[in-house]
Amino acid sequence: MNTAPLGWRTERDAPGRVKVLEIECPWCGARDQDEFQYGGEAHIVRPTSPEDLSDAQWADYLFNRANTKGPHAEQWCHGAGCRRWFNVVRDTVSYAILAIYRTGDRPPGQNP
Amino acid sequence: MSGARRLTTGGLIDRSHSISFHFNGKRYSGHPGDTLASALLAQGVRLFGRSFKYHRPRGVIGAGSEEPNALVQVGEGAHSTPNLRATQVELYQGLTARTVNGWPSLAYDLGSVNNWFGRLLPAGFYYKTFMWPRSAWMRYEHYIRKAAGLGHAPSGPDPDHYDKRHCHCDVLVVGSGPAGLMAALGAARSGARVILADEQARLGGSLLHASVQIGGKTAVDWVGEVLTELHTYPEVTLLKRSTVAGYYDHNFLTINERRTHHQGPGQSDPRISRERLWRVRARQVILATGAIERPLVFSGNDTPGVMLASAVSTYVRRYAVAPGQCGAVFTNNDSGYQAALDMAFAGMEVVAVVDIRANPDPASVSAAKALGIPVYLGHGVPSVEKNRQGLSGIELARLTDDGKSIQSHKGVHRCQVLAVSGGWSPAVHLYSQSGGRARFDEKRACFVPGESVQAERSAGSSKGTFDLAGCLREGANAGVAAAAASGWPGSSIDVPVTSAPPCAAIQACWEVPTDALGGTGAKKFLDFQNDTTVADVQLAAREGYRSIEHVKRYTALGFGTDQGKLGNINGLAVLARSLDQTLGDTGTTTFRPNYTPVSFGAVAGRSLGAQLFDPVRKTAIHSWHVRRGAEFEDVGQWKRPWFYPQNGESMSDAVNRECLATRQGVGVLDASTLGKIDIQGPDAAEFLNRLYTNNWSKLEPGRCRYGLMLGEDGMVMDDGVTTCLAPGHYLMTTTTGGAAAVMSWMERWLQTEWPDLKVYLTSVTDHWSVMSIAGPHARQVLHEAGCNLDLGGAVFPFMCSKAGTVAGIPARVSRISFSGELAFEISVDANLGLALWEEVMGAGQKFNITPYGTEAMHVLRAEKGYVIVGQDTDGSVTPLDLGMSWIVSKSKDFIGRRSLSRSDTAKENRKQLVGLHTQDPMQVLPEGAQLVNAPGVEKPVPMIGHVTSSYFSANLGHSIALALVKGGASRMGGTIYAQLMDGHVVPASIVDAVFFDPDNERQRRN
Repeated sequence: MNTAPLGWRTERDAPGRVKVLEIECPWCGARDQDEFQYGGEAHIVRPTSPEDLSDAQWADYLFNRANTKGPHAEQWCHGAGCRRWFNVVRDTVSYAILAIYRTGDRPPGQNP
Repeated sequence: MSGARRLTTGGLIDRSHSISFHFNGKRYSGHPGDTLASALLAQGVRLFGRSFKYHRPRGVIGAGSEEPNALVQVGEGAHSTPNLRATQVELYQGLTARTVNGWPSLAYDLGSVNNWFGRLLPAGFYYKTFMWPRSAWMRYEHYIRKAAGLGHAPSGPDPDHYDKRHCHCDVLVVGSGPAGLMAALGAARSGARVILADEQARLGGSLLHASVQIGGKTAVDWVGEVLTELHTYPEVTLLKRSTVAGYYDHNFLTINERRTHHQGPGQSDPRISRERLWRVRARQVILATGAIERPLVFSGNDTPGVMLASAVSTYVRRYAVAPGQCGAVFTNNDSGYQAALDMAFAGMEVVAVVDIRANPDPASVSAAKALGIPVYLGHGVPSVEKNRQGLSGIELARLTDDGKSIQSHKGVHRCQVLAVSGGWSPAVHLYSQSGGRARFDEKRACFVPGESVQAERSAGSSKGTFDLAGCLREGANAGVAAAAASGWPGSSIDVPVTSAPPCAAIQACWEVPTDALGGTGAKKFLDFQNDTTVADVQLAAREGYRSIEHVKRYTALGFGTDQGKLGNINGLAVLARSLDQTLGDTGTTTFRPNYTPVSFGAVAGRSLGAQLFDPVRKTAIHSWHVRRGAEFEDVGQWKRPWFYPQNGESMSDAVNRECLATRQGVGVLDASTLGKIDIQGPDAAEFLNRLYTNNWSKLEPGRCRYGLMLGEDGMVMDDGVTTCLAPGHYLMTTTTGGAAAVMSWMERWLQTEWPDLKVYLTSVTDHWSVMSIAGPHARQVLHEAGCNLDLGGAVFPFMCSKAGTVAGIPARVSRISFSGELAFEISVDANLGLALWEEVMGAGQKFNITPYGTEAMHVLRAEKGYVIVGQDTDGSVTPLDLGMSWIVSKSKDFIGRRSLSRSDTAKENRKQLVGLHTQDPMQVLPEGAQLVNAPGVEKPVPMIGHVTSSYFSANLGHSIALALVKGGASRMGGTIYAQLMDGHVVPASIVDAVFFDPDNERQRRN
């Protein structure tokens, strides 16, 4: 879950690059990017006991992201379709989509 | 008679028909198949425009989309289109065109004085000269724009229509030259869905002016045969006049098809759109985009009459035009020789072939010599002579063996046409747009595609393969391979035999040497459209520019509407040499969409007008509001009644009347737009506990509760009242604007973080029509309307909700209030919303029931100090900042809780919500006004806060304002100053945010 303090606004495109990805929704099939919302980095685990964390630890959960160059596991939602969230491994350089898997699963090739 | 320079036979024009047109006010004629450029050349026209900066006379230099000089404004009035290339404009009866540069006229151009002061206008001249004083820029700009400007905008709204088409294909082939045609054929035979797109009016690319045999036929006949076969495949789409303009991610490409340009305004079937933008998702892409010939860089290389060698061949062979009486060729590769042969074919006297190479391919040389054309090997043309009509002669010079300096001058040769070839630059534009990095090939002296990033492959001269046999072969292989890769294997195709010779080596020449004798001062142009010269790029390098991107911006190299198709590579080479780098080190500037300009009409398609795709949402009661004369306000996508003016009332009079009527009698509000989410499931209460700051475990069926929702950062995100309808069944309301986002937020938590919770969400915003009856007489009105529920305070207390009927309509009646008055919200099936509203209005007549809009609602809630999320909060406000610690549970976790104790959110002196009383009770502060502690102190004045809501309260008889003020909660009774935009300073006292009925007696009254 990405809980970035943007609240619910998660669609943030880099200026100057028109993104027209084709994304294979695991429930509906391949659709244009227009139908999806971006949700940022995947596999960020919400602390079970936030009260036990220091401010720095909580801020790390809240604000800090990997800013990966290369394969990046991220969340997408088929908002204009089935409204399901799922995970995508996307190369942030080439924008090639390397894997798509359901929420709760680990990235392909990684053990739980 | 279509012109003195028109050949009597040959070419792909229809001599049986004549087309008359006007250019710069003068009448001309041409034939079907002509472009504006070919028709004008046939009539002996040499001057096509003036250059952008120096206003030098310019002729046509190319024959296609790369043309930088011959820019024209075509058509009149609203139909007028600026900056079209005369080399691409097809003739139609009655066409009118004029040059875009040249003021007051093309022949006598005032701006050409710039040419004589050219030494005073170096690179960066405008940056350096017109910057100071800064305030004067506006004045300078007016004249600079007038002197410079390219075309003019049409005089009225576009009368044509445009559309879009979305499609998928297996193989998209870009370009229909030899490689593209073979690729399309190879792919089509497999059964794949193929799109072949070409920017020209006729498919065939360079074969349309080639004088070679393919498979024993003329090139044009062979093209016809291939197209005939392609037409037989139902899955093949052939698109001419269609520029593949953009290559985006995941093989998404846009094609700009010009459907009626060639017919002229009013001449085409009105059902056919003027242009169509194809949005194509291709499994495989074949880039057979060809190559663009490079000019050679020498003094006066912009003189009218200097043309690309391939353009000369095109005018002769395709358009049957001899571009002059007498011509010469200047080349560093074999391509130039073909122009010499073609000029001779057109009956022109060819006075010289000047070849920089000392030892070129003997076959080419002997072919020219066989026609009696003198060939000068190891020679160059350092400069030209000109007269008022343009080129009149070329200087010939013997070059040293390394080609880098002049050995001896050989005098002047008279000619009106100089066909130049500096080699070929593969059109790697789309490849680069796809994310690939072109690399420099020293041997072929050009940038060629590197590795593929997307599912694309280049073939033919776009890949740096310049011989015809190689283009045909690569095209065939690419077509078969792309089809197989897209799931259509097993296709095969034979490569036809061609008579074209193989391609001999080029000798790179990026700048023709000059010496004192040849005139070192004359300009050598790199970018013709922006008048960027060799000296400009060298100056940029001397002044410390290193990156080609910076040099581009400093010198305007490649900044024109042609995006440097001709000049960029020569410019890169000059920079590379100035910096003592290789071209590969220097690299290219970024190739961006679109390849050639695309009209706004095509981009917009049918998405025109104010509403576009943002739907307008209206409540079931909307028509009543309209009849009542309401002014509307946009809230999210909704149209909400803002206020209901009566008898010409002003807005403030109407709002005051509505506020007073509600507090003194009874008012009614259409509250249907609030977001409504139906929440069901055994874990619904637990879910609400995690979502909202307060506790929901003990909310019983039939009871309502106000909730505040935070982001994980602890900031207020939304609020609203949620009702428990039954165990495990809740109806949540959200703010009008936040409904969709809150729904998404809740879905996201349930799906990604808490999939174990059994909760189901349904958006029911549109299902329920809601009216709120507020005021001391609310209960009587509801009685009068025939409510079957006992509304007595003892059995129907505040924050209670019951199902019943009103006026016989099944309804849910809830006693909740956003005005601070005794109030009931009635929700019914939206189909019955208007019926209920009218029933209630009828029943309320005797109580003078008054409909009120969002403005009165805002005033009434502000009197009570109720915040509006998004108006009094801005994403940086916690519940504690709002003085709402009472709603923050200490006994459970919820989203954002941990953030409330972060050092920053917990610190004192945060901005806190307060009320403001202006000292002048009638003065209403502007919302957004900045608040300061003391006016007139030294700048910058520290900002202490700002006004978030501000109104005149008719009930209180004075203005009220809500504000966020640093440490506001501890400054009650203090004074603060609003600093207004007009310089006025308004003192105000800080007071509690609740202005009216602080003990909530009215909304709880029995």
